[in-house]
Formats: sequence, structure tokens, C-alpha cells
Amino acid sequence: MRLAEIKETESALLVKLLCEIDHHTAKSIREEVDKRLEDVKPRELILDFSGVPFMDSSGLGLIIGRAGKAEAQGAFVTVEGLSESQRKLIRMSGIERLGTVIIK
Amino acid sequence: MRSIINEMKLRLPAISVNEGVARSAISAFVAELDPTVEELGDIRLAVSEAVTNAIVHAYRDLPRGEVGNVYISVRLYDTREVSVEISDNGCGIENVEEAMRPAFTTGEGTERSGMGFLVMESFTDTLSVKSKLGRGTTVLMRKYLKSLPEGEE
Repeated sequence: MRLAEIKETESALLVKLLCEIDHHTAKSIREEVDKRLEDVKPRELILDFSGVPFMDSSGLGLIIGRAGKAEAQGAFVTVEGLSESQRKLIRMSGIERLGTVIIK
Repeated sequence: MRSIINEMKLRLPAISVNEGVARSAISAFVAELDPTVEELGDIRLAVSEAVTNAIVHAYRDLPRGEVGNVYISVRLYDTREVSVEISDNGCGIENVEEAMRPAFTTGEGTERSGMGFLVMESFTDTLSVKSKLGRGTTVLMRKYLKSLPEGEE
């Protein structure tokens, strides 16, 4: 199963997530994204959720963790393509108040 | 008086691939009541959180190579109530009140948000958690589905 498609653009690392995100899948996604993040050192990490049919709070952990990694490299994280229920989860978590993640 | 119209019991090894298996099984089972997409999504989410908690936390003291079980029991009632009980025979929770506080997590290195119980509470109608140290934890959640439009029963 393909978990994500990762592309480099001029200024960003674009990660299109392609699976249900739970504790099981988050582990592999995290490893894959972190490796590319370190190799590429982009200014921006874009996490695109438009191909994610389901996510639980492990998805929140995934965003918060990447925000920490990106910040340490001087990059910021943009989250896009969220469904209404995914937005609801993100609002509950207070990720928006971290200041390092832009929710589109 | 409400009565049970269907019941499902599942026992799954506490390994992470079964988080998705539990969600799929419950979706198929609840379909009989014709829930809305949103209602089904809420149930899947709450089940995913509870099963993940059992997988990540309950059996961490087991010797290497031993795997515990997660027990899932689902009941559908004629009142359109769905009750889901998720239990384990694991280590138990020392302080349930503290464990239910958002951002409290004892899982190290798993990078989880510590929001599991808050999510369960927010996406279901009732939540109760019972735990005994060394015996295990049981999470009971209920969801009341909206009534179907006239003529679709």
C-alpha cells in the first residue's frame, strides 16, 4: 500500500498523504517524511490531506511532530486539503495556536 | 424498553494493523442501522482511539514476543443506539481521571497527541472508563443515531 507521494518544488517539500492515518500507518509516514525533510531541507513542508479518507488523533501527532522537526530546520508547515471532520479534530487540538503550522 | 437487535463480539491480537481491522469491522456491522456518513465517521474515530490505546498502552509490560488481546463488543438497539465496549486484560490505568486529561500521555516515542480520550468523549454521546491496575481497562461508549426520515424504516 502506498502511504504518501512526496515531491520537491522550488521552495517546498510537498507530501500528498494517500492512506488512512492511524497509529499503525503514522509510523511509516513519519519515517519517510523525516528522511526527506532532512535530505531536502526545504523552507516549507506542505502536508496535503485531500487523499486521506480517515484520520484519528495519530494524525494530529504526525502534524505536531513534523512542525517540531521543521521548526528546528528553520522551516514552517502548511496543512491543506482537510475535510470537515479533520478540521474539527484539528480545532480541538489547538495546533493552530502553536504558531508554526498554517492551516489552509 | 429498548431491545437488542444485533450483537457482535471480536477478539483481536493487540497489534497495530488491527486498528484498521477494528474500524472496518464496526463499519460493516453498524451499516444495518443506516447511519449518516458523519455518524459512521464519529464511531470509526472513537473506536480507533480506544483500540489504539489498548494496543499502545495495555500490554507494554508483557515479555517480548507475547501479545495480548483487545476485545470489542458492539450492540445495536431498536432505539438506534449503538453501544461499543472495548476492553483489554492489560496493565490497567493508575489514575483514570489523569489519563483522560488532554495531552497527558505515557506513551514514549510514539508521538501521539495525548488526545485519545478527549476525541472519544467529543465524538460519542456517552463515555465511561473503568480500569483496575494489573487487570485491565474497559471503555464503554454509546452513540445515539438520528432517526431515519419517514418511510425509510
